[in-house]
Amino acid sequence: MTTNISSGGRAKCELSFTLNGEMRTVRVHPMERLLDVLRQELALTGAKEGCGEGECGSCSVLMDGALVNSCLVPILQAKSANIVTIEGLAAGEQLNCLQEAFLDFGGAQCGICTPGMILAASHLLQRNPQPSIDDIREGLSGNLCRCTGYVQIFEAVARAAHCRART
Amino acid sequence: MRSDPADYELVAPGNLREVVALLAEEPGTWLAIAGGTDVMVQYAAGKLPARKLVSIWNLPELRRIEVIAGEVRIGAGCTYTDLRENETVGREFPLLVNAASWTGGIANQNRGTLGGNIVNASPAADSLPALLAYEAELILVSVRGERRVPYLDFHTDYKKTKLASDELIRDICLSRRFSDYFSYTRKVGARQAQAISKVCIAALGRLDGEKVEDVRIAVGSVAPVPLRLLETERIVQGKAVEPSLLLLAKKIAVAEIRPIDDIRSTMRYRSTVVGNLVAEFLERLGANGRTT
Repeated sequence: MTTNISSGGRAKCELSFTLNGEMRTVRVHPMERLLDVLRQELALTGAKEGCGEGECGSCSVLMDGALVNSCLVPILQAKSANIVTIEGLAAGEQLNCLQEAFLDFGGAQCGICTPGMILAASHLLQRNPQPSIDDIREGLSGNLCRCTGYVQIFEAVARAAHCRART
Repeated sequence: MRSDPADYELVAPGNLREVVALLAEEPGTWLAIAGGTDVMVQYAAGKLPARKLVSIWNLPELRRIEVIAGEVRIGAGCTYTDLRENETVGREFPLLVNAASWTGGIANQNRGTLGGNIVNASPAADSLPALLAYEAELILVSVRGERRVPYLDFHTDYKKTKLASDELIRDICLSRRFSDYFSYTRKVGARQAQAISKVCIAALGRLDGEKVEDVRIAVGSVAPVPLRLLETERIVQGKAVEPSLLLLAKKIAVAEIRPIDDIRSTMRYRSTVVGNLVAEFLERLGANGRTT
């Protein structure tokens, strides 16, 4: 018996979404993880795989403006979505406020958590342009860093908020 | 061992009617996946028994919050972020909003859903004691129609629920009659962020003069299912909040729970903490819960 299923299935299917402002079409299994499609099909290796179970945040991307762990998103659910990865934040060579602030404050060491941290911070500042230190802590609580001890990261986000407010 | 996506089927019909039709076609075969915060973890670990999945993420019928005279109906597909951002839920259901803010980090709150939390049925889920305290009711839908059931005994045993294999939760209904109750909630875990609870509690109460007029006390992580402490509630009803009552309530509460030793805590620790949390709730109720 068959059901009228508007999309998906078991075999590879074609689906499109907006990625960093450009429409992209991929041919993938519907259950492939967004993270794997980004890294393997689309060669965008900014999003990292840390835990692979939604605890560490190193695979964070923005999906329709919401911060998500791309390791937990089956690609079919990203169909027609607007995806932004770390590669989509800078304008050419021009880094954005957050990226500059992470450089200035030593917010990145080994770099594994950094793309996720910056996207989580970007998501926070979109919703709350003047966050308190507690807001910053909460906004980044799903992103683990084993190098910095977080203080430099929080300082970088606070500076970026300040810099955004002035521009 | 990681799963191979080629072994799985995932479809996204895009509306509730077609989803329930699919569930009815082959009952027990299809697994509904919303934000994936539980299902995708099992999948990544190669431990997902279901091979056919149907996406209910972002279904409009499941992602709405309806405020009517006596109750608030929360669509099962609402995320923790949706709950935190809803003004009525924030004002009238602080236990639920607090639990939502404790659940995972922001990325998981953007994807995890209240219905998913119920169906995943972890006894450690933070939002479930809040639903027990508010005496939630669930509207379940299938091709056979819909039925409304109390959430109180929805969980029948560890990870088992009364949901039939062709049913989905559509709405979680919360009565608005508790909006003037004193509310108390705490999560006790290894750390504040991203930690699964050792014990969590959600409680509501109201005093009549010096005496307890009405209370609801629910706890998580201390039994195979999220548990309402009905006997403790019964014992404290109508009594003045004083040290002897706190001692008695502690004793009854500890007798009602069935905690275990596991990776997160021990039976003994959990029992002690539940007793202390119940006592703390009653103490604060005594200090703050008089209706004006």
